[in-house]
Amino acid sequence: METVVFYVFAALALAGALMVITFKNPVHSALSLVLTLFSTAVLFVLLLAHFVAVIQILVYAGAIMILFLFTVMFLNLKPDALKFESKHLGFKVSILLVILFFVGYFASLGFKKGLYLSNTGASDVEGFGTVQGVGMSLFTDYLLPFELTSILILVAIIGVVVIAKKRAN
Amino acid sequence: MNIGIEHYLVLSAILFVIGAYGVIVRKNLIIVLMSLELMLNAANLAFVAFSNALGDMTGHVFMIMTITVAAAEVAVGLALLVSIYSHRESLDIDILKLLKG
Repeated sequence: METVVFYVFAALALAGALMVITFKNPVHSALSLVLTLFSTAVLFVLLLAHFVAVIQILVYAGAIMILFLFTVMFLNLKPDALKFESKHLGFKVSILLVILFFVGYFASLGFKKGLYLSNTGASDVEGFGTVQGVGMSLFTDYLLPFELTSILILVAIIGVVVIAKKRAN
Repeated sequence: MNIGIEHYLVLSAILFVIGAYGVIVRKNLIIVLMSLELMLNAANLAFVAFSNALGDMTGHVFMIMTITVAAAEVAVGLALLVSIYSHRESLDIDILKLLKG
């Protein structure tokens, strides 16, 4: 059962990701990205990360993607604003990147034996992945980073207002 | 067959590479930003998978931080995009080479 769910939603996530980078129209790409984010949320549930899965759907697939779609539709793009095509250099560089990444990954895999999902760790920990568990971790051990995040958001708000404001002239 | 951490890490690596491909190859600024989201999402998946394997919820905390940073980054990126589009009437990232020496 778990295996079937993993493979189905991993395939959906990959399909969504591929559609994001192939579609011409940004609206279609945004909707494909929602598919990827939703499938990833299902995988988070499989990993016993329930709170994080809900956050993923509410904040990522909800708020952030709405922001994307709102901006795309607000810009009211003309069809010839999307006509430009990719050149060949980026293609070669990216193929190189892919190969390097997989070589690096499979090389590191040899050193990473002995980690198994859920059998040793997560399911024994009380309250793993619940709101209480994550909250306790967030508000005790990681209180300072959590507070600093609010400063980051404040900076982002001010920056966005300054950047997007109409110039006076 | 049981699903191990390797499955999640391979999926995460593939998603990351697809995102990196989008950032490098695509020229539409909106899609570049979306590919960036894809890369952050792949990193989140790796965080949560390791969190499960180690029985430690630190990965979840990091994932929440990553979402916050992604939200801030998207907000600033889209504000820049609106500003660029109103000045240049195009979303081609190759027209943005004023800083080229």
